[in-house]
Amino acid sequence: MVIGERKPFEEITSMAEGNKKILVLGCGGCVTVCLTGGHDAVRVLSSQLRMARDKMGNPIEIIEKTVERQCDPEYVEEVHDIIPQVDAVLSMACGVGVQYMAERYMDTPVYPALNTTFVGGSKKEGYYVERCQTCGQCKLYYTGGICPIARCSKSLLNGPCGGSTKGKCEIDPQVDCAWQLIIDRLRSLNQMDRYEEIMTNNDWRTNRDGGPRTMVREDFQR
Amino acid sequence: MANKQGRWSTNDGQGGLSKMSSECKTESKLEKILRSGQFTVTGECGPPRGADPDVVRKKCRLLKDKADAFNITDNQTSVVRMSSISSSVIMMQEGLEPVMQMVCRDRNRIAMQSDILGAAALGVKNMLCLSGDHQKFGDHPQAKNVFDIDSIQLISMVRVMRDEGKFLGGEEIKGVPRLFIGAAKNPFADPFEIRVPRLAKKVAAGVEFIQTQCIFNLDKFSEWMKGVVDCGLHEKVFILGGVTPFKSFGMARYMANNVPGMDVPDEVLQRMKGTPKEHQAEEGITIAVETIKQLQAMPGIAGVHIMAIEWEEKVGEIAEKAGLLPRPSV
Amino acid sequence: MAEFQPTIVAFCCHYCAYGAADLAGSMRLEYPTNIRIIRLPCTGKVTPVFLLRAFEKGADGVYVAGCLDGDCHFIQGNLVAKPRVNYTKKLIQEVGLEPERLEMFNMSAAMGPRFAEVAREFTERIIALGPSPINKKYRNTSGQ
Repeated sequence: MVIGERKPFEEITSMAEGNKKILVLGCGGCVTVCLTGGHDAVRVLSSQLRMARDKMGNPIEIIEKTVERQCDPEYVEEVHDIIPQVDAVLSMACGVGVQYMAERYMDTPVYPALNTTFVGGSKKEGYYVERCQTCGQCKLYYTGGICPIARCSKSLLNGPCGGSTKGKCEIDPQVDCAWQLIIDRLRSLNQMDRYEEIMTNNDWRTNRDGGPRTMVREDFQR
Repeated sequence: MANKQGRWSTNDGQGGLSKMSSECKTESKLEKILRSGQFTVTGECGPPRGADPDVVRKKCRLLKDKADAFNITDNQTSVVRMSSISSSVIMMQEGLEPVMQMVCRDRNRIAMQSDILGAAALGVKNMLCLSGDHQKFGDHPQAKNVFDIDSIQLISMVRVMRDEGKFLGGEEIKGVPRLFIGAAKNPFADPFEIRVPRLAKKVAAGVEFIQTQCIFNLDKFSEWMKGVVDCGLHEKVFILGGVTPFKSFGMARYMANNVPGMDVPDEVLQRMKGTPKEHQAEEGITIAVETIKQLQAMPGIAGVHIMAIEWEEKVGEIAEKAGLLPRPSV
Repeated sequence: MAEFQPTIVAFCCHYCAYGAADLAGSMRLEYPTNIRIIRLPCTGKVTPVFLLRAFEKGADGVYVAGCLDGDCHFIQGNLVAKPRVNYTKKLIQEVGLEPERLEMFNMSAAMGPRFAEVAREFTERIIALGPSPINKKYRNTSGQ
């Protein structure tokens, strides 16, 4: 899922400074799962904003709503009757949702309440880790299911480097050395021959380096 | 040949088998001395954090004739310094032979190939291919890191440029860069059991000489060398053992605790600690000389790489005490 | 200007804290009338939104009272509540409220005197802090 974290509170209040009535819009997708942008988070942020603005003597009125997802036009459409009532939208979705809202409602400013950080999963509730860099050429077959691009700090394809110490990365003793994990896994799968082969230079065209990407399903085009 | 998934088999004869011949592939003095079978000595020179060429010239004058070639680091520890290529040129003007270093952290494949062509055009004959320390350790932790290719792919790229006259993209190079190709190896980093297979990968990629991380733990190093010799890798690549003299007990302790991938055994630390302060530098040099003597007696070792960090004036003394001077002229 | 009488909301779990409140009552122990008790099945039901809304609606102080560690009737409710209360202290601090206005206390149903003591001490704490800066009642008016 896409993971995000709420922006610092001062940053959010300064974005909404000039607004009198806003829509705080949550997203029922990834950000609900990682507890930062769903229905509950909308209620928390709205309460905080009302209190902070009250304290400043400049009250703000907030409409609170959460839609199924903000990355699908159908759901973004659902709020079309609320938009004329507000002078700005504070979206609690990931960067995708914010952009979808901004694109659909061109005359109303849409602000991001979150910093979208990475693609990952939960290790347990409330603890999320990065696992995928969306490089577009999955190599997990060769590395025992552990991604060297996302999990190695240097994205080495023929690691480890000389900084790997006791299974941890040189940049932080809390970060696992991806190549230690890969080697341990290949060993247990009896696939060490995949380590011995040299992985050649990556083709970064399928990554963001090749430009913004699209995916099209021909069977769905009318 | 790379297959569709982009994998190279180590059996395609890509690299490594040419080592034992005494036929040189480049004009490199370092290569000549290594292939002649003599115990080879390399040193190291750190460029300045500024644009003053005299800093480099002063260091060169201290180092001249004390070793066969000298590495010039490339933004080591991610700290911005005068580039390795330009410092190499200044070094050549002083009559020494540089080993240019290139890390994968700061340049993409386009810039790397471009710099390789430029370095060769300027007369550089040796190149060391490295991953590079993460930028978090340096003075610009906010920088974007590149790592377009890794050190093993870089070794292979230079080899193909030289021996097949082709760019990484496959097109022909008119004016082939002839560089003697090296890499670094850390026998003390984890996972220990992979260090020999990883060396095998570098050899398969085409590396011709290896300089190791500085050695204080001779037992662990011998264990690694034994593995290397058992696989016959010592016959496919020249191995130079790294040696660094301690200036003081403080330095020894710092290196033991704060440098990733460094292995300083307790006996060595105690030895430095037990020496009175005014003699610690001397003791550090004595330890270094002892290490060199042990390396000379080890099978599979082709030479020594002396890294006197910010203490370049001692390289001569160490080489002398270890009986390595004068250096042969070729 | 009338003396400041804080409005304090206490979220109490049915099995322990509310039981202690009951006991305090039957023991005829005195504690300040500023405390408005809200009974919950378990403190595990408390989320930051409850606490924020209490402040938003004018509370000068809020506390959560649950069972002693290891004694929660629903096993882990009070353990789940603690980090949420701590997190909410940060949230109210962001808004400009002192984090001391929010607290969590643990007690058993037999601890009637403790319930009264907490009520007294917390009320004193809030009186010392003064009215909530967002408590509309005390803004621009003198008197109650």
